[in-house]
Amino acid sequence: MNTIDLTPLIDWSRAQFALTAMYHWLFVPLTLGITWIIAMMETIYVKTGDPEWKKITSFWMKLFGINFAIGVATGIILEFEFGTNWSNYSWFVGDVFGAPLAIEGIMAFFLESTFIAIMFFGWNKVSRKFHLLSSWLVAIGANLSALWILVANAWMQYPAGTAFNPETARNEMTSFWEVLFSPVAVNKFLHTITSGMVLAAIFVIGISAWYLLKNREKRLALRSITIASVFGLMASLFLAVTGDGSAKQVARVQPMKLAAMEGFYQGQEAAGLVAIGVLNNKEKRDAGDPFAFKIEIPKMLSLLSYGDPQHFVAGINDLKNGNPGRGILSIPEKIDRGKVARQTLTDFKNAQSAGNLVKADSLKSVFADPDFIKNNFSNFGYGFSDDLEYYVPNVPITFYSFHIMVMLGFAFIAYFSLFLFFSWRGQLPKRKFWLWIAPWMIPLAYIASEAGWIVAEVGRQPWTIQDLLPTIASVTKLDSGTVMVTFILFAVTFTVLAIAEVKIMLKAIQHGPKNLGGTK
Amino acid sequence: MQRKAGESVIYKVWRFYLDGFKDLSTWSRNVWIILLIKLFIFFVIIRLLFMPDFLKKNYKTEKQRSQHVLENLTTPNSKL
Repeated sequence: MNTIDLTPLIDWSRAQFALTAMYHWLFVPLTLGITWIIAMMETIYVKTGDPEWKKITSFWMKLFGINFAIGVATGIILEFEFGTNWSNYSWFVGDVFGAPLAIEGIMAFFLESTFIAIMFFGWNKVSRKFHLLSSWLVAIGANLSALWILVANAWMQYPAGTAFNPETARNEMTSFWEVLFSPVAVNKFLHTITSGMVLAAIFVIGISAWYLLKNREKRLALRSITIASVFGLMASLFLAVTGDGSAKQVARVQPMKLAAMEGFYQGQEAAGLVAIGVLNNKEKRDAGDPFAFKIEIPKMLSLLSYGDPQHFVAGINDLKNGNPGRGILSIPEKIDRGKVARQTLTDFKNAQSAGNLVKADSLKSVFADPDFIKNNFSNFGYGFSDDLEYYVPNVPITFYSFHIMVMLGFAFIAYFSLFLFFSWRGQLPKRKFWLWIAPWMIPLAYIASEAGWIVAEVGRQPWTIQDLLPTIASVTKLDSGTVMVTFILFAVTFTVLAIAEVKIMLKAIQHGPKNLGGTK
Repeated sequence: MQRKAGESVIYKVWRFYLDGFKDLSTWSRNVWIILLIKLFIFFVIIRLLFMPDFLKKNYKTEKQRSQHVLENLTTPNSKL
């Protein structure tokens, strides 16, 4: 049988998807978070009637408008890529993706588009209270839109509430509520929207601090910092809680990802958490010496992953080679089980082609057998490659992204506390060093946010759907050169658009709160 | 009467959007221009020329599409 090396095609297709997703994510978190801050500021305006608060609200609304307009529809490219580059995957996920994405499309269109128009065009055309309601609905609508996308993503990490139909080669939803309320989906949603809130608070503080340094827009800056530091502190504390929840879910449903996040090769009880570490090269890591340097917190990985400081945590080697004492199957065992599932699907396809409907019906019923689902179909994806290394994600990228995200997350808690303290003591204008630091925290917030997605997506490789479908079976068999050309095209387009956004945003910030809002 | 009232609401909504767009400040107009250029690039250039839906383009019926994917899921013709 002829074999085709799919590695270049998979690499370019993945690079293209990663580029698009990371570009899309430059815009989303600010929208998710700043809409809440705007709604809070406008609430104060409506309650107090102080026109300064209207000015403040309008200014941040203007920056939100720029971010929204430049960012809108960037996510649609991801959907194009599903159809072009990942057609097997798109078909295989079936209506599991279709339903949440359709709801997201409708919600985004009706809730966001309608009420954003009222936000920008309605200052003098609707009552204050209706305008305020619209601002809150924009915040709620934007975050609910994100819910559906994140539910779809969570299903890829933990495919619950569905059944595979061999006749159509698609997964079909058996329980909408299981898909919506899977613990992975709930944690992912809460963790993601709170990360957007943190980023938005850092954005508001950073720009306000710049105004204070320039000795302009003082009232706007001081009030904005107070609101953003309170909001940011609460969001960053909640972010730590939801991050802990996410880690517990990863430990349960994606143990290989957890092991890669921690550079954890040899499983043990009372496992320590690496606070800071430098990984060795692959040869040394595989030989049992993963770190050149590390500072470890004893028992913390067991505690954070399972809520028990003595609990066993599986390492990469346990997950590769198996650990019968701990009930962990080896990858070769999973490969055998996956191959049985694939062979059953092949037999079904052959029986259908031969017109042997009795045999086809009998084999179709196997896919509904709970034992077959548990033992074989749940390992379906392992039947595509015999290479054990294929099932281990890129450890350095996952490890460093995770640690950068966590370190910055804790730094943000301290940062918000500090600004809240300075604000409370009325010392902000004198704290030049911290005011100078604040604008530079904005890119760090974006780095932390992107790093979070790198952990989530690189850490689950090679799976497009955990344990069911690897990238090798998901990708469309296109010419890798074509994918490379579109990658370059996207890179150029996205770079130009990103530069345009930054330029317009910087101009609007320099211009300040004059000529307020989106209209004259 | 009811029909007239319905038209009135539609007209009001239309005027709301029309007035809003007419009154846009210069920076808002620039943002809208970039937005429209971006949408043209995404939906016309990228979608039509570079990113067609592979299964819809190459297979006419749902049955053919499922057969194609089934073939890909069961035929080990690739290596890494």
